[in-house]
Amino acid sequence: MKPATRPRIRGEQERLLVIDPVRGGFADYQIEDLPQFLAPGDALVLNDAATLPASLRAGPELELRLMSQLDDGTWLALCLGRGDYRVPTEERGAPPALAEGAALAFGHGLTARVRAIDVHSPRLLYIEFEQRGGELWQALYRAAVPIQYAYLRAPLALWDVQNVYAGRPWAVELPSAGKPLRFETLFRIAARGVTLASLTHAAGLSSTGDPTLDARLPVAERYELSHETATRLLAAKERGGRIVAVGTSVTRALEAASMSGTLRGGTRHTELLLDGASILRTCDALLTGLHEPGTSHFALLEAYAPRALLESAFGHAQRAGYLKHEFGDSCLILRGSLDSSDAGRTLEWRQAG
Amino acid sequence: MVTGASRGLGEALALELARQGARLVLVSRHLAGLETVVGRIRDAGGEAHALEADIGAKADIYPLAGAAAALVGPIDLLVHNASELGPTPLRLLLDTECEDFERVLEVNVLGPFRLSRVIAGSMALRERGTIVHVTSDASVNAYAHWGAYSVSKAALDHLSRLWAAELAERGVRSFSVDPGEMDTEMHRAALPDADRAALARPELVAPRIVQLIRSTSVASGVRIELDSLGARS
Repeated sequence: MKPATRPRIRGEQERLLVIDPVRGGFADYQIEDLPQFLAPGDALVLNDAATLPASLRAGPELELRLMSQLDDGTWLALCLGRGDYRVPTEERGAPPALAEGAALAFGHGLTARVRAIDVHSPRLLYIEFEQRGGELWQALYRAAVPIQYAYLRAPLALWDVQNVYAGRPWAVELPSAGKPLRFETLFRIAARGVTLASLTHAAGLSSTGDPTLDARLPVAERYELSHETATRLLAAKERGGRIVAVGTSVTRALEAASMSGTLRGGTRHTELLLDGASILRTCDALLTGLHEPGTSHFALLEAYAPRALLESAFGHAQRAGYLKHEFGDSCLILRGSLDSSDAGRTLEWRQAG
Repeated sequence: MVTGASRGLGEALALELARQGARLVLVSRHLAGLETVVGRIRDAGGEAHALEADIGAKADIYPLAGAAAALVGPIDLLVHNASELGPTPLRLLLDTECEDFERVLEVNVLGPFRLSRVIAGSMALRERGTIVHVTSDASVNAYAHWGAYSVSKAALDHLSRLWAAELAERGVRSFSVDPGEMDTEMHRAALPDADRAALARPELVAPRIVQLIRSTSVASGVRIELDSLGARS
């Protein structure tokens, strides 16, 4: 599947592949069609984390990517060496070796100290910024840029990586499942009697460029689900409503919050990974991007639909020209979403494409 | 979040909101002035953070919104108080440079639009939030010499009504408030010969605005005149 090589522009068609695990089929729609698949009593759950500019430069030899903020205020950061965003991360030079206590300067008055080096990899650092409060955040926003992707035509600006409903900057990469959603669509969904709910999940790095490190992803990610939202979602489920997660990060947060058997509000960390063997306790359906077999995102999709159906649907998506990655098209996995009138919808698209 | 909080009405609003327990992010182009206000709030046991930004600069908006939410969490109250008069002494339209007119619109209309656009999405999702637009009687009266400012405030009033119309069903309130003539630096710049003794003091006006913010009986979309003073020269 080809990646979308730039953020979408207004009015551009954004596609929605609807997959029905009950019917064992799929059909082509557009993102504006999403409301018709939701019913009164359902709840759509969004990750309202804004995206932090998480890429910092300390000279030409060293880029630091913030991965997560720990409870003591220090940050886990990934080191990358020489090369800019056009160089795929796996081809970047080796970063310079840094010792504990080393000073880092990022410009705009932002400085940090290396507090510790990860025992498994010298590329993972625990750093502590030397500024606090408003001074820290102001300097961070001036010195840092969003994490960039080699497949994009032009660098991303901060506004390119924000969802329209974003609040606190907890995510280091865009929670991209929400990117195609505009308020026009969200208000139409709400007007159907669907609850719009949100949690905040500190979506982490998608890739480090190093297979050994990638195998350790995700690092523990912070999430916050208010008690009020947990109560609303439980009530929706009790009344027969379906919980539709927007994105893999929402799925992981909701399922982590359901580990005790019932959904519980609170602020916690999770490293939960889901796959075809997982039983989903809270989530009933998923709106997400298109993920290819072999990725951890694809494995999570298998918790919602059988692998054979996903492979068949994504094979179709590839042939039909769907786009993948952060600014790509969407898919909705929802049981009972399609009926006999959907037969032929994929064929239409194939001819059009 | 209060913009233009380093002095005048913005400073008074910040101090009053802090007294009533709000956790604040204060915004201005003048960091030194802001830090003095933040210091006073913290000395009194309140929480406030200073962020330097130019509301008229597009590139400042996302960093401002992001830093603010990182510091105090999702923003529940946004007070658009920062304002630009344009060059003083105020000029007739025929003597107004296009660039000066544009700058006034950038700070007084586009800036508030951009900032609300970034912050009100989270309010709409959470079904909670209030947006306050500080306006002026120049928004409804055409006083000679007040051209750019007057046009910008008329547009700001309407922006306030439009936010109200679009967000009413999502529990987000928007209104504009005309505080009347106050003894501020901006007023001195516009009308240096005014009798200062006849002007309202910002620290007495601010509690009345905070009362409106807290009152659930203030309908969304309204324009409130705190008082009506005589015509300007």
